[in-house]
Amino acid sequence: MALKPSDYRTDFFVDWCPGCGNYGILTALRMALAELGLEPHRVVLVSGIGQSGKPAEFMNVYGVHTLHGRVLPFAEGIKTANPGLELIVEGGDGDGLGIGAGHFVNAGRRNVDMTYLLHNNGVYGLTKGQASPTLRLGVKTKSLPQPNINEAVNPIALALVSGYTFAARSYAFEVNHLKEMIKQGVQHKGLAFIEILQPCPTYNDINTKEWYEGEDRLDQNGKPQPRIYQLDGIRYDPVVRDPAEEPEKMMAALVKAREWGDRIPLGVFYKNELVTTFEERIAQRIPFYLRNPPAKQKISDETGASTAKLKWLFDEFKVS
Amino acid sequence: MAGGPQGSGIDSAASIFARACGYGGLYIYGKREYHSNIKGLHSYFHMRISSREVSANVNDVNLLAAFDAETVVRHINEVVPGGAIIVDKDKLDTKALEIPSLDPEFRERLREHLEKTGLEDSLNALLEEARKAGVHVIPVPYLELMNQIAKQAGMELSKVTRTINVLTVGISFGLLNYDESLVEKAVRATFSDKPEVAEMNVVALREAYNYAKKSFPEGIGYKLEKNGMGENRLFLQGHQAVALGKVLGGCRVQTYYPITPAQDESEFLETHEILRTGTDGEEGSVVVIQTEDELAAITWAIGAALTGARAATSTSGPGFSLMVEGLGWAGNNEVPIVITYYQRGAPSTGLPTRHGQDDLRFAIHASHGDFPRIVLASGDIRECFYDAAKAFNYAERYQVPVIHLTDKALANSSQTYAFFDTAQYSIQRGSILGETDLQGEEYKRFRFTESGVSPRVFLGTKNGVSWLTGNEHNEFGHRSEDSVNRTQMVEKRMKKLETIDKEIPVEEKVNFFGNENAENMIVSWGSPKGAILEALGRLTQEGFNLGFIQARMIHPLPEDYLAEKLRRAERIIDVEMNYLGQFGGVLREKTGIPTDFHILKYNGRPMTTTEVYNALKSVLSGQAPKRQVLNYGA
Repeated sequence: MALKPSDYRTDFFVDWCPGCGNYGILTALRMALAELGLEPHRVVLVSGIGQSGKPAEFMNVYGVHTLHGRVLPFAEGIKTANPGLELIVEGGDGDGLGIGAGHFVNAGRRNVDMTYLLHNNGVYGLTKGQASPTLRLGVKTKSLPQPNINEAVNPIALALVSGYTFAARSYAFEVNHLKEMIKQGVQHKGLAFIEILQPCPTYNDINTKEWYEGEDRLDQNGKPQPRIYQLDGIRYDPVVRDPAEEPEKMMAALVKAREWGDRIPLGVFYKNELVTTFEERIAQRIPFYLRNPPAKQKISDETGASTAKLKWLFDEFKVS
Repeated sequence: MAGGPQGSGIDSAASIFARACGYGGLYIYGKREYHSNIKGLHSYFHMRISSREVSANVNDVNLLAAFDAETVVRHINEVVPGGAIIVDKDKLDTKALEIPSLDPEFRERLREHLEKTGLEDSLNALLEEARKAGVHVIPVPYLELMNQIAKQAGMELSKVTRTINVLTVGISFGLLNYDESLVEKAVRATFSDKPEVAEMNVVALREAYNYAKKSFPEGIGYKLEKNGMGENRLFLQGHQAVALGKVLGGCRVQTYYPITPAQDESEFLETHEILRTGTDGEEGSVVVIQTEDELAAITWAIGAALTGARAATSTSGPGFSLMVEGLGWAGNNEVPIVITYYQRGAPSTGLPTRHGQDDLRFAIHASHGDFPRIVLASGDIRECFYDAAKAFNYAERYQVPVIHLTDKALANSSQTYAFFDTAQYSIQRGSILGETDLQGEEYKRFRFTESGVSPRVFLGTKNGVSWLTGNEHNEFGHRSEDSVNRTQMVEKRMKKLETIDKEIPVEEKVNFFGNENAENMIVSWGSPKGAILEALGRLTQEGFNLGFIQARMIHPLPEDYLAEKLRRAERIIDVEMNYLGQFGGVLREKTGIPTDFHILKYNGRPMTTTEVYNALKSVLSGQAPKRQVLNYGA
């Protein structure tokens, strides 16, 4: 029987604020998994701390709600011990780019085959609206005592220079677009990064739904001029098909990643499946790794004796 | 004792020396001391040779092999009358105070000594003083020997200078009149992967050995003779024993961030990542991951453990400080992980390459919130092996993080043992549910049970979808702040401590030595074991009534058992390597029984038998203060 988005629901009460972008993200994720036909028990949703970390229990899949900032190493540990699992990683901008920035960068160096959804709303919601690492310098959202004193991190650019092999951006209220991005991310071989622009109706009164959708700037006919636009609609090819193309495609993606303000691109910025995944690299050293990964190995026989033999190791230290 | 600048081959010299002794049926105990430095600062290997198993050093040095002048200056006072010092003939005029790598504090003490004794500042003068005290001084023309070796081996002198370590080994064995063929075998074994280097070193060895025999035909008063041997023996360091124990215990994922002295264990595992397993087509591997920091090391290991792989991480104090948040998550989510914790001295960066046992309280209490954990402490290299394997059984049976405490002294000491017996270990995985067990009823990961242990599923198991969270949670693993659930859930988790206490036999938690009903009872934990045991043997022979309790599981502590033992004792003597007497404190907290005497040490160097013996004897003779602080070791 085909899977439906509702197969991924739990009874757990969804406790986000009315109008939160998280609802769109949750819906898109359920749709994407259903369309990909991923059985719930094969999926592990690993999430960080904050409002963005809660989907781990709103989804009827294995949910691992981790520590603030540590979502990536938890997920990498799960995936590399059992590469047969489908890993969805979800966390906020503060989680991934503030307290977890070191892991964000280092995950790029490894290229573990997972999909990382980063909720970007510019604020720390659960602690009542402090500036997140993606809030721009000088911006004063409504609960900040003073305008933001830090420059913002550029999530797509950071992902690209860190080595992520798939970088895309979507918008929480473009559910179908987001669903497509998630599907592409899951199908991508390697670490896929998807930045999701997400209004926070409670604490971010600058980057609002109206702002993203251009309701503050109408054309002559009174029609809003959205700030967001889709890369699909312009001549832009993000896919690296030959190693020789890599520098050029990377530079093009970085240029696109710098666009902000009046024009904010959505879609796939960069995709490169020519880079080996971390799992492939382990398999180069341990030939049976993918077939018989750590989680699947038989460690004892019927009597409980360890399958590992030690004599060859003792012999290395033998002095008799 | 062999010493020289870091990077000059002390380790290889020690390895050759130990192997050569091993081939002759002799037992070795040795420890390595080094600075937090790559090249140039003083390091040394202090080794004891015996016809039976030994597991601690003594203060006295019988033979000091110095690669450089600094080694002589630093250790000359440790050499006993009748002992010998091998020294570079060309270095005799060295002015000790001008050796640039001496610490300022040491230099100052040396200056005072020279002023007090009126000695001239030269190596020669210091050696002359030793000679008067009955020490043999053996000046060796290293450069001359190297020139000859270069000629013989047809190599450039610059390459041959690296054989200085083997030269000292050759001189030493020549002076001791030991069977040269065994030393040659040891040289070849040590350089087995580099035949050319092995060849050059064999030439060097012969040259040095023959030089010693020819130039000092009367030897130095000590002789080293072969011993009988009817078994397979190994000679290994503590970190290697831990790695072997992990292999036996079914470890499949090991994570780490480089930190002294823990990193060697992970590197050993990575070198041996493909295991040899049974004959029926089984495959085994340990995937070793070097993470970006310890925050990632522990969380990566937790993730791996959730899939059913036995997973561990390895670190020392500064790394464990970072791991604490992960530890709490594992405790809250009842994840079986093993943390091997090599203690070193002092807070912060502290003494990166020196020894201490300062972290017992930290291991027991680290992290906010109450949750159960197990803290094990190994007392010697053999225990490092078995405890490393057992830690996985405890972790999985009780679904708790297990902290396996070892320390720098164990990590970098080496000892000769008969091959370890792997048959006495079996793998116990605790309660695990598979796909077919889960049909029907809705699965609750944190089901309330009598023992506190809830059957576990591995991530990915069909019919077992469930949730984990760092928040307090209900039986399903969903966040819950409900007050009734909170009480039940804390009690469920903490119940496991009682279950552990009840189920694990006391013989696995405590070692008992000497007279069980003794009026004088030593209590200790971890690496002082070797020194204490030997002192205990000597004092018992002298007629003292003495027992020794070595705690191996310190949390949960088998408190009723210990209370009963301690109640009978008149004097309880706490021996450990920290300022506070942390274990004595834990013992008092859990049993209500205070320790009467403390023998403590925190200078960064492990306890020797000599100093433990002296300190214990002064307690037993009624002459000791309540607190004695030991200081031996350069």
